[in-house]
Amino acid sequence: MTTLSGAEILIECWKKEGVEVIFGYPGAATVDIHHHLENSGLKFILTRHEQAAVHAADGYARSTGRPGVVLVTSGPGATNTVTGLGGANMDSVPVLVFSGQVGRMLIGNDAFQEVDIVGVTRPVTKHNYLVMSTSELAQTVKEAFYVATSGRPGAVLVDLPKDVLAGQAEFDYPRKIHLRAYQPHLTPHPRQVQKAVKLLKSAKKPIIYAGGGVISSGADEELRKLAELLTIPVTNTLMGLGGFPGTHELSLGMLGMHGLYRANMAIQSADLILAVGARFDDRVTGALASFAPEAGIIHIDVDTTSIDKVLSVDVPLVADARQALKAILEALGPVPDYDQSGRRQWLEKIANWNAKFPLTYDRTFRDGIKPQAVIEAIYRLTSGKAVIVTEVGQHQMWAAQYYIYQSPRQFITSGGLGVMGFGLPAALGVLVARPGSTVIDISGDGSFLMNVQELTTAVEEKLPVKIAILNNGCLGMVRQWQELFYSRRYAATLLKHEPDFVKLAEAFGAKGLRASSFDEVEPVIVEALNSPGPVVMDFRVCPEELVYPMVPGGKGLDEMILHRPEEPPA
Amino acid sequence: MELTTEPQKRHTLSVLVDNRPGVLARVTTLISGRGFNIDSLSVAETMEPDVSLITLIVSGSPKIINQIIKQIRKLINVIKVTDLTQMDYVERQLVMVRVRTIDENRAEIMRLCEIFRGKVIDVSPKSFTLEITGGESKLRAVLALLDQFGIEELVSTGLTAIARSAPPKK
Repeated sequence: MTTLSGAEILIECWKKEGVEVIFGYPGAATVDIHHHLENSGLKFILTRHEQAAVHAADGYARSTGRPGVVLVTSGPGATNTVTGLGGANMDSVPVLVFSGQVGRMLIGNDAFQEVDIVGVTRPVTKHNYLVMSTSELAQTVKEAFYVATSGRPGAVLVDLPKDVLAGQAEFDYPRKIHLRAYQPHLTPHPRQVQKAVKLLKSAKKPIIYAGGGVISSGADEELRKLAELLTIPVTNTLMGLGGFPGTHELSLGMLGMHGLYRANMAIQSADLILAVGARFDDRVTGALASFAPEAGIIHIDVDTTSIDKVLSVDVPLVADARQALKAILEALGPVPDYDQSGRRQWLEKIANWNAKFPLTYDRTFRDGIKPQAVIEAIYRLTSGKAVIVTEVGQHQMWAAQYYIYQSPRQFITSGGLGVMGFGLPAALGVLVARPGSTVIDISGDGSFLMNVQELTTAVEEKLPVKIAILNNGCLGMVRQWQELFYSRRYAATLLKHEPDFVKLAEAFGAKGLRASSFDEVEPVIVEALNSPGPVVMDFRVCPEELVYPMVPGGKGLDEMILHRPEEPPA
Repeated sequence: MELTTEPQKRHTLSVLVDNRPGVLARVTTLISGRGFNIDSLSVAETMEPDVSLITLIVSGSPKIINQIIKQIRKLINVIKVTDLTQMDYVERQLVMVRVRTIDENRAEIMRLCEIFRGKVIDVSPKSFTLEITGGESKLRAVLALLDQFGIEELVSTGLTAIARSAPPKK
């Protein structure tokens, strides 16, 4: 065994865990780690804000399934990670933040750049640690990676006092770990599987409601097999997009507040819902009292707390989504018996809903740029193969509706916490993980400014992110609520002064392009895609465009607003 | 979750946890973060020094309590959560109370103390300090009686509880 300093032990642990890249920002409390990191062979990416470092690690993790790692200093460095941690944790993404801390003797003394970050981040992490001796460091790091990546993955913070990093200890990386109090339940209960199979076979109008768990457990193949085997239509949550091929004839697209008419109507009329790795979020269910009134529910989730949290379910299946679907497929056998003619009628009914109210906007409009047209043009010009990352707001919903996702990890968005400013740094993380891929951050003029400093990181690290700002001069999603439900009093949502985004891009050393008319949209996208470096595209879109369909707050999924009301609401 | 009008019920939860710094804070912030009050709390080491037992009492509708239990179970350092209210159990609390005395009532106070199987643990010219253990209703009764003599000071532990026999396996 060799004796190493805490800082060196940390780096050795990262290597043992297969970490290749660390995102972060240095400070006095972590300078020892950076000193050794420089010659370690690991890559460090300097973001220009700690929040962005966490989003970048988050994007890296979402696009690969491997944990994202962050290193920040104590005090403000650590508190700046709170939003990133909360976002990753809510969306079940394995992200680890290693934060510097003041020396052990100074903890609790209001020392310079001291904050009780373990206390601060307790509610926004899956778990966190304060390491109080160098000899415990390796064990703690091993545990931290295990907790972040197992069961329902999540965010973990490890706080490292400066003298623990400077202290010496023998390095011995534990190979296995056993936590008495934490043992994720991954295999489904056979009796519940049998119950699920029975319901699936006898259902007349079944629907699969698939969430992010399908992607994080790698269950997309099994999901497709099951849907095809029993001819069950599939609707995806925002987090689940890409978990089922969007062009598949059984795909209904997204459900929920801004879900497709056919998807929401199908949920409301279904007699059986198979929920896979989804948690009946309020943006999905609408008013609970009227949610899927006729449906029995089978709920697969690795997190016990997700089951029966919102709705009581008929068959709970606490398990890894992939293992649960495998067990169901096995129990069904190769040629299961089900009512095929009934199924044809069900699919026909759904097709009729879609014919009645398809997802649409005015495609003939030429007096300006419809934001949806920009998304459709990006879809065409990237042959549907780009990785799309988004910020939060109207543009995010249009990106979910009008770009069709074929594969898992192709659509990366902040779902649960809804973090504006997530997209640009997350897109950089995706590019670090998948060099050479086409990565487009679909943004709004509000969100873009929330982490705009990361253009520097993009230019410095030569990460050719393409940013498409759907610039409507306002904070569109809130403005939409104001237009529909707050008598058009546009309080605090009109952006009266904005920077020139083209010049701003240029000032950072990136390319800036602008499209002000419909005819300029395609050429701008083509030029951006053909440019080697980061590009900011400023699309001046119609500010009055709203996201439809929309289920107003407190309404049922079948009470969607489908288009702009003729008269302004009173 | 809607603010419910469902009937609220007190639940005594027995939570077995790793005996490590911060674990109690994890359990209590989880409850307080959802806007629920902890009515009573007690913590102590078990026979195994690296395991502690937290006994806590919270009130809520069955749905909320169920969710709180699951959320507590989900904490990395929590080994086991038992809702004792679902089974036959005994709960006790210890109270120390200093009562004002005059010569005429000292005998009566001592008799009261005996009836409730308490102990006199300190005596001064103008007061007695009594130690009484019991369940909530017994303690409420004895304190009401002592109050007529004048209670100078009162301290109490949280309730702690134990199942009457090994809980059935689920």
